[in-house]
Amino acid sequence: MTNLGERSDGNGGGARRSTAGTGVRTPSEPVPAQRARPLPGPPVATPLVIETRGLTKRYGTRAAVDDVDLHVAEGDRYGFLGPNGSGKTTMVRMLLGLVFATRGEIRVLGHEVPREVHQVLPRIGAMVEGPAAYGHLSGRANLDLLDASGPGPRAGRRRRVGEAMERVGLGGVDRRPVRTYSLGMRQRLGLAGALLSRPDLLILDEPTNGLDPHGIREIRELLIELNHEGTTVFLSSHLLAEIEALCTRVGVVDRGRLVLEEPLDAVRRRTGRVVLTTPDADRAAAALGGALVDRTPEGALIVTPADGDGAAGLARHLVGAGVRIDALEPETVSLEDVVVRITGPGSDRA
Amino acid sequence: MMVVELRKLFRRPRTWVTIGLLCLLPAIVAVFLASTRIAPPPGQGAAFLSAVLESGSLYPAAALALVLPIFLPVAVAVIAGDTVAGESGAGTLRYLLVRPVGRTKLLLAKLVSVVAFVVATVAAVAGSSYVVGVTLFGAGDPVAVVNAIPQISGPGGGGSSSSAGGSGGGSAASAPSAGGSASAADPAEPAPAAPGAPSIGTPGADTGSPTQLDPTEARERAADSVASLSGDPLSPADLALRLLGAMAYITISMLGVGAIALFLSTVTASSLGATLGALAALITSQVLVTLDAAASVTPYLPTRYWLAWIDFFRDPIFLRDIRAGLIVQAAYVVILMLAAWANFTTKDVAQ
Repeated sequence: MTNLGERSDGNGGGARRSTAGTGVRTPSEPVPAQRARPLPGPPVATPLVIETRGLTKRYGTRAAVDDVDLHVAEGDRYGFLGPNGSGKTTMVRMLLGLVFATRGEIRVLGHEVPREVHQVLPRIGAMVEGPAAYGHLSGRANLDLLDASGPGPRAGRRRRVGEAMERVGLGGVDRRPVRTYSLGMRQRLGLAGALLSRPDLLILDEPTNGLDPHGIREIRELLIELNHEGTTVFLSSHLLAEIEALCTRVGVVDRGRLVLEEPLDAVRRRTGRVVLTTPDADRAAAALGGALVDRTPEGALIVTPADGDGAAGLARHLVGAGVRIDALEPETVSLEDVVVRITGPGSDRA
Repeated sequence: MMVVELRKLFRRPRTWVTIGLLCLLPAIVAVFLASTRIAPPPGQGAAFLSAVLESGSLYPAAALALVLPIFLPVAVAVIAGDTVAGESGAGTLRYLLVRPVGRTKLLLAKLVSVVAFVVATVAAVAGSSYVVGVTLFGAGDPVAVVNAIPQISGPGGGGSSSSAGGSGGGSAASAPSAGGSASAADPAEPAPAAPGAPSIGTPGADTGSPTQLDPTEARERAADSVASLSGDPLSPADLALRLLGAMAYITISMLGVGAIALFLSTVTASSLGATLGALAALITSQVLVTLDAAASVTPYLPTRYWLAWIDFFRDPIFLRDIRAGLIVQAAYVVILMLAAWANFTTKDVAQ
């Protein structure tokens, strides 16, 4: 279902992390709005850049997007996470006015979509479901055409195109046609297209597909840099690691429903338990007694330390019992744990 | 946006290959004609072919007659069928729309690019074949004037028109001109001087029903009659004007096809599907045009008046069918573009 990739939470050692139940809803429960504000919202400290109300898209009887209330605040790096086929792309297309909702309301940058979509699109850079370009033209010629298609002025086109190419690391590319580009290069070109108009909001659907690890890191750094310059980033992905490494807020979608929407820190909170890695597992288990909660298949122990004692007290106790300690670290809930627990298998699974 | 679409069209190698191929066919025919000097006998073969041996400057007309029935509509269907569906299939449509480009504007720009393609193609075919014709056949005095008014009877565009054969000086005597009621619809048509009134149309004349001639057959016969030309030489300016008129008419004749393909292009994400759909519509139209039983609908079929461009080479220029053809094509373009607009502006772009 998910491509786990490398974990960036530093809680290695193969410790299986269990999760605490609070703050996470099961898919069947309705999702209360996290920061419900009336639609057209009054000016607030961090205005919402994207807000949807009861957004639903049906194809026949199947709901691709089902009653979603989405809230993306200005300055967010919002990760929209879900298994394949969970409705991420349909959602993104509706935000951009490409697909029309069956029901519900969308406001993007203060304008109603799709009715006023032409007022907001010039401020949005988007990449939807993979890059696309005219294969017989060079990357630069493609961006040139794209820029000329938009409402922007002719003046400065060459500079805009050059800057966008430079930003995504295609500054040195020659005049060869796009059809000879690698997938990674196409992806960068698509991103350059999204950056052409210096958008206030970036809506990116799986932006690091096809990039090598080096490229993924580069793009991530670019997105963080753009975010620091004031661009709100909305990124959909099925790659947990990507979202964990990049985003400040996360929304998890499962079978068309938004099942979680929280700051990433709140999702990845500590459980108050400690993960112990030791070569003397059995002796440690004996020493711990009732404090031992669980043992992972890899041999690590999950321990609930005595109140107020914490990892330090636990360490002293174990060393006193003659247990050698490789690692002792606080257990955190990983995004992966949360996602796997609250979402069903991807709909691409037969 | 118009400029962008034109740039896309003309920076695409395929466009030029298509135009090149369309220019090639008349050139091949010209080479055979010039090397053998065997002209098709009057009444057979494509229009004007027998006349070009006399004057190469008529060759553009012959070339247009060669590409009109199949190659030109196919090319237009390919280009127009690709307009929206091609962008959709390649995924570039969504990036255009979020640029943003309004859907209506995009559709109009696509229509303009189709028109530009047709204009460029017709001009290229005419231009290249003029060069080929004059090179191979010399620029002898063109005697392009067709002396016959087409022998059409039966249900015309408004039902009133039975262009009586009586007005055609060089008409085949047996032309079953529906009672020859030289209707008031076209009283102004003088019988053109027909010194060499050739015996034309004999192959078809007997096959038609004796009382009423199927319009298509009459049209075909009229086209055949073009192959036998006589009359006073045309001045170069006169020839150029007639040729330009014919080119403009052919261009407009192709817009109906273009509009069908463009509409289908908004319906399907497959440009091949849109192209084939448009061609299927054309073939259906051609079949119905030749079908007596479908006489009630023939005036409204897109291919019904395609050959009316030949009327530019009559003396005087015979305008009735040209006018009807223009109206039919305009109707197709307007209706289909409205349908395309209604479809495209409300459609989910999920490709």
